[in-house]
Amino acid sequence: MSETTEHHDHGMSDAGYIKIALILAAITALEVSTYYVDFGPLFMPSLMIMMIVKFVMVVSYFMHLKFDSKLFSFLFYTGLGLALFVYIVALATFKFFIA
Amino acid sequence: MAETATHAADHAADHGHHSSTGLSNNKLAMWLFLGSECLLFGGLISTYMLYRGRVSDGPHPSQIYDIPFTSVSSFVLLMSSLTMVLAVTSAQRNDDRRTNLWLTVTAVLGATFIGGQVYEFTTFIREGLGFTTSLFGSSFYTLTGFHGVHVSVGVIMLLSTMGIIKKNKITGNKSEVVELVGLYWHFVDIVWIIIFTLVYLIPA
Repeated sequence: MSETTEHHDHGMSDAGYIKIALILAAITALEVSTYYVDFGPLFMPSLMIMMIVKFVMVVSYFMHLKFDSKLFSFLFYTGLGLALFVYIVALATFKFFIA
Repeated sequence: MAETATHAADHAADHGHHSSTGLSNNKLAMWLFLGSECLLFGGLISTYMLYRGRVSDGPHPSQIYDIPFTSVSSFVLLMSSLTMVLAVTSAQRNDDRRTNLWLTVTAVLGATFIGGQVYEFTTFIREGLGFTTSLFGSSFYTLTGFHGVHVSVGVIMLLSTMGIIKKNKITGNKSEVVELVGLYWHFVDIVWIIIFTLVYLIPA
């Protein structure tokens, strides 16, 4: 990352954060468009991908996980992974994924 | 030796208390707390996913959701994450005036989101979806209500932080205090990113 977009080890410059916010706003607009435009079989995968991209961008850049200690990432993603595992198993037990 | 100890004490006062890992205990605790919050919201989101089709005699999600309105609310909360991170960078530059300005904007955006949620809830109740109308209603209000409470607590934290900065009552690292509040605020934003997609955009 260039000198202009990096702000020591704390993260990015204000302009860098504004760029991230604009990308997030654009993805949100694209998400909302799926309500009006028929995406066909791409509807569900595209929404899930956009949701994950937004999630990772906020966590990595706004929450500084990309620039901070890996231990913080470990703590957070362990909790997230555990939650995903437990609740996917719970939903599968209730046959949620069977149409 | 004494000089080294003094230097270490000064360093600790500047950067908060550090653990044996060399990292701030406060930040470690906040990340651990946020990791555990994933389990709380994971449970609430899973419950909603299971029960969103159980509408009994009440309205169906597609009959009551106002996607354009919720999209604007989502955009407001997303932009509050930008203003929050600008507050953090201002605090890192020791610019109290800008820190308070961005904290104020973030609090206003958060309050706007909460106002929108109150409006949405009252509209849904008028349209026949009460808390006990159906399993869908119960799980919807519990999930979005819990999130709303988190946003409200975040607004209180923002206002409190502004107060203690103005009164100059922060003894340790000021930017870390703002950053910790910011971590919590961004967390409620990422939870809403998931809720907006799974609850509102994907039909039951």
